[in-house]
Amino acid sequence: MSRTAENYRGYNFAYLDEQTKRMIRRAILKAIAIPGYQVPFASREMPMPYGWGTGGVQVTAAILGPTDVLKVIDQGADDTTNAVSIRQFFEKTAGVETTTETEKATVIQTRHRIPEAKLQAHQVLVYQVPIPEPLRFLEPRETETRTLHALAEYGLMHVRLYEDIAQHGHIAKTYAYPVLVADRYVMDPSPIPKFDNPKMHESAALQLFGAGREKRIYAIPPHTKVVSLDFEDHPFEATKFDQPCALCGATDSYLDEVITDDRGGRMFVCSDTHHCETRRAEGHVGTLGTPVTEAAE
Amino acid sequence: MYVAVKGGERAIANAHRLLEHERRGDRKVPEIGTDQIEQQLSLAVDRVMSEGSLYDRGLASLAIKQARGDLIEAIFLIRAYRTTLPRFGFSVPLDTGAMAIRRRISSTYKDLPGGQVLGPTFDYTHRLLDFALAAEGEPAAPVTAPVDPEERFPRVTDLIAQDDLIERNPPTDPAKPVGDLTREPLAFPAERDLRLQNLARGDEGFLLALGYSTQRGYGRNHPFVGEIRMGEVEVEFEIPELGLTVALGEVTLTECQMVNQFKGSLTEPAKFTRGYGLSFGHCERRAMSMALVDRALRADELSEERTSPAQDEEFVLSHSDNIQATGFVEHLKLPHYVDFQAELALLRQMRRELTSRNTHPEAAE
Repeated sequence: MSRTAENYRGYNFAYLDEQTKRMIRRAILKAIAIPGYQVPFASREMPMPYGWGTGGVQVTAAILGPTDVLKVIDQGADDTTNAVSIRQFFEKTAGVETTTETEKATVIQTRHRIPEAKLQAHQVLVYQVPIPEPLRFLEPRETETRTLHALAEYGLMHVRLYEDIAQHGHIAKTYAYPVLVADRYVMDPSPIPKFDNPKMHESAALQLFGAGREKRIYAIPPHTKVVSLDFEDHPFEATKFDQPCALCGATDSYLDEVITDDRGGRMFVCSDTHHCETRRAEGHVGTLGTPVTEAAE
Repeated sequence: MYVAVKGGERAIANAHRLLEHERRGDRKVPEIGTDQIEQQLSLAVDRVMSEGSLYDRGLASLAIKQARGDLIEAIFLIRAYRTTLPRFGFSVPLDTGAMAIRRRISSTYKDLPGGQVLGPTFDYTHRLLDFALAAEGEPAAPVTAPVDPEERFPRVTDLIAQDDLIERNPPTDPAKPVGDLTREPLAFPAERDLRLQNLARGDEGFLLALGYSTQRGYGRNHPFVGEIRMGEVEVEFEIPELGLTVALGEVTLTECQMVNQFKGSLTEPAKFTRGYGLSFGHCERRAMSMALVDRALRADELSEERTSPAQDEEFVLSHSDNIQATGFVEHLKLPHYVDFQAELALLRQMRRELTSRNTHPEAAE
């Protein structure tokens, strides 16, 4: 491992040079000033691949200070391989304190989830975004989609959602479910499950979105109205689970399905590992869980 | 009993250690040196420098060694290194007309000032495996000819331009500095400087396929190889504080100038048009492909109907970068179980609803 650490010697705090950080901060400020608007920025090549969080990493690198406490999650979990890799990257290049505790973190970088615990005013949530353009799957051309946003012409999107209802009886988008930010821009919330969409609304924390490959940054400032697109007769509904978490018994969290054998055995557990661990430490035990003292062995 | 999966950290460390081991291969076989890569796999080095956008043979060789010969991975290493380097200025525009020629051919003229110079080329070799090469052995020393220092190699396109038969290159506008897509995000429609920069660092395979498609009817532009030249060009840098221009060194370049179908009207005399390709090192295939695609992308400028992928600027420029492409394709390896779970839940709900509609048809009303 020491060899890897040596590789980073000679790089600036948090890897990026200060000029690049200033350029990214300008884009972030503009993004905050125009909630939901995608600000183009001169995304840099990063030492991890495009599509693996380069946008989020650049945003985090630009806002991170030496006293920040960083948490990195992927699929809600701190110990998924890519989350571990990004956390190690900042441990090495910035030397900041890292944590798995949502409450302790000042900056949380995430892929595909919003933590279950309610975020606070001193926290920033940085999303990794693969395709920032919510209209992209309807219109592949950037020149077209930028015009549609400029004119707030979102009819295409509503037609698409309506077609889902006509064909399936439901809006068939379960993640990356589009939202309207501050009554103006339709925004892609990144591939979080629509279960998480309501958490974006009026959040006390600043939410920043970074798309490295597509070179876009956008933001939801604290206490901003965020509405998931829907129809009066087909209101938005967050995904609900039929059962509680098998480890901690939580009924209000997003669950991952775990296949336990090849005979159809499966269980549902919290996707947010810190949420689950906290609850178990508090003594909550699910149907298949073990009291926390035994599990610690 | 299920306990949430842990241990990502140790698994990653061990996987990387194993990777190092595999890279080394059988330890009884001598380790390959970066100097050997630089000297004996020099065309791989050239490709890595071109697509990595960094002219450094030593670093490119190291990247190839570290990437176990996976050139896209090597290009990635170079790009990630390059991105951290400070910019202290721009060179004076290179004069490829003053190139120290090692190879120079034209397919539009049988002979021309300076002559046809074949240089080191695979062209006209028979592609027969040379089994003798599997054993070690020194090749014969190359044949040399006396150098005439007065010999000039004027660019073929400049010769054609003397008769005003080919469009002029637009003059440089000092008020409009050349774009740099690594510093400013690419916006559409893009100017030709940015298009050329994008193509110059684009994936060779992608450019080759697009260039090929124009020859097969998807955006035909009737190309002739006016000239391909390869050799060394001096890089100069202007120091404004001192009012001096200093030579920084020389780089090996391959340049391809295509002469394409002409354009004219009732009032304008007909002229050939141009497609331009340039690459670090000796990369003829990519310089030629680039020139074909550059010409195809000029469709709007030349009032041609855009009908084919190679003419579609957003399509070409958004998908040419193999580091972006490989990252996003390979990111599908990352976990997606949260989103997959959301899809599973909806799918099961839809199936349940269908079953209940079939069981109680009246409820479907």
